[in-house]
Amino acid sequence: MIGIEHYLVVSSILFVMGVLGIFLNRKNVIIILMAIELILLAVNINLVAFSVFLGDLTGQIFAIFVLTVAAGEAAIGLAILVIYFRGRGTIAVDDVNRMKG
Amino acid sequence: MIQLVSFYIFASIVIASAAMVIFARNPVHSVLWLIVAFFNAAGLMVLIGAEFIAMLLVIVYVGAVAVLFLFVVMMLDIDFAELRAGFVKNVPLGFLLAVVLVAELVLGIGAYQAGAVKLGTEEAGVATLSATVPNIEAIGALLYSKYVFLFETAGLILLVAMVGAIVLTHRRSHGTRGQSISSQVQRRPQDATRNVNQPVGQGIEL
Repeated sequence: MIGIEHYLVVSSILFVMGVLGIFLNRKNVIIILMAIELILLAVNINLVAFSVFLGDLTGQIFAIFVLTVAAGEAAIGLAILVIYFRGRGTIAVDDVNRMKG
Repeated sequence: MIQLVSFYIFASIVIASAAMVIFARNPVHSVLWLIVAFFNAAGLMVLIGAEFIAMLLVIVYVGAVAVLFLFVVMMLDIDFAELRAGFVKNVPLGFLLAVVLVAELVLGIGAYQAGAVKLGTEEAGVATLSATVPNIEAIGALLYSKYVFLFETAGLILLVAMVGAIVLTHRRSHGTRGQSISSQVQRRPQDATRNVNQPVGQGIEL
């Protein structure tokens, strides 16, 4: 039978995939943003699973808010990426520290 | 039985496509795998009766965020081979970290399964799920009553994100002559026009 643990294992594997994606593709901001989306998806799965497990709808409401913030973050992140690319011609993030101040 | 089968199908596909997102060579493929991952996560949520969140995932992520990612990936002319240069170098540390994190999380879940630590007293939830009320109706009743201020704050966050994205990416064009509204409004008739009593037969002085 499917229990809360199944969902927790899936979401924790998804979370670790996101962290691993950030570590492996340290230069490519687009992949890093997608890895952050994966992390937030894992958080959402956790919230919804616990909401159903505890019989409390508040978790689903907060999943909606997490979704909102994730969408805003993706929009702002991609906008920053576009202007960074315009000014520099590359999106390698390991030389971002050149822009001091 | 069918719940078990569909759970394992959804869960394995969501994890496999998450792996493809971070290992794919081409970022366009990464975005497409991200869409697969979100579809199957929506399936996981439908399975436990959270239909509204599942539909929201499909509409917001597949319909908006993934398309935004695709636009940006295809719009920018990026040398992706050069960006993957550090990939092999980062693999050992990355996998070490991933293994440690998974071990910790599974340890936590195992400990939870053995019996959760009780903090405080047990009481009924603030918004209990009901079997008779549909999911969307229950969420709507809660979202527009108890969490209405949070809901409006979420709207404000989206507004700020929209304005921020526009301000960041807007490019002022230099070659064209645009409208200057402030100088247009400040213009007064006595500065701009003058009355002259022009004699007949003489040219006007401008």
